[in-house]
Amino acid sequence: MSAVTVPATRTRAATGLLAYLLAGIYFGVVLVKSEAASWYRLQEMFRFESFHMFGLIGSAVVTGLITTQLLRRFGQTRNGESIRITPKDPGWRRYVLGGACFGVGWGLTGICPGPIFVLLGAGVWPALVVLAFALLGTYLYGVFQAQLPH
Amino acid sequence: MNDLLHFLQSPWPWWVGGPLIGLTVPLMLWLGNKSFGISSNLRHICAVLLPEQVKPGFFKYDWRAEEWNLMFAAGLVLGGLLAGVIFANPDPVRLSVAGVKTMGELGVTVQAGLVPPEARDLSKPGVWLILALSGLLIGFGTRYGGGCTSGHAITGLSTLQLPSLYATLAFFATGILSANSLLPLLLGLLK
Repeated sequence: MSAVTVPATRTRAATGLLAYLLAGIYFGVVLVKSEAASWYRLQEMFRFESFHMFGLIGSAVVTGLITTQLLRRFGQTRNGESIRITPKDPGWRRYVLGGACFGVGWGLTGICPGPIFVLLGAGVWPALVVLAFALLGTYLYGVFQAQLPH
Repeated sequence: MNDLLHFLQSPWPWWVGGPLIGLTVPLMLWLGNKSFGISSNLRHICAVLLPEQVKPGFFKYDWRAEEWNLMFAAGLVLGGLLAGVIFANPDPVRLSVAGVKTMGELGVTVQAGLVPPEARDLSKPGVWLILALSGLLIGFGTRYGGGCTSGHAITGLSTLQLPSLYATLAFFATGILSANSLLPLLLGLLK
């Protein structure tokens, strides 16, 4: 029995991971094609000089809101489980302070974590510098976590 | 054939791209009740790379349980290759008139590609400084704030989470300040 079930679960795990790879490809293509990974578009957005990025983010949130509600009410996961959304920890300090730090970095290059990976694929090698320092910043948070207000 | 290639290379308007971005939230829930957010991968990569002896507690967890998200990040790289190289838009971004003027003021040329050549010229120490400072704050801030644009602005707002509204308001506010004042200041100092 176990000789049959073990490979079966392994196959399921592998196809499970492949699905996330495909989802990543999908999202990466969308970020490039919608120009959300464009340095130019982000600088234009931060100066309120075009509706493009605001329309993009706004319609993304509205679509996410409606489709997630529909999935919660009428759908389930591909394995037949009910949909669970993990709530974020309550509070505001870490969200405001952490968000504010991220925003300063975001404004300098127009790059957020998604586009770091997308730009690497697109051959924009300076994104490697951003990635390396982003890992350092993440490490520093891990070191100083206990000293920071949350 | 040429028409098809042109179609594949063309950028999408916001009303096509935006809904497709939003659909990622239910897609990830459907795939396995995953909360869509990319910046957690920075933590996972640290957890993978750091040797056990020097690991701060923050990185001591079973990162293998988060392999799905690392696969998603690997997919982002492939997506960037597909849309940004193989089917790259041969034309520059169609910026607004004001946007084009801003690029002139920032000293960058509007060309095809995702990042202007001036902003990726690694022979300039100033470019290194801006990229490094940006990266450091992105890594530190997203972990401190518990998410980035995807986890908070897209997933968090779509699922009506108040903490995500605080984070989104905070990073938009400082992003606007940073792009309008800190970036020109740094560019001016480095000239």
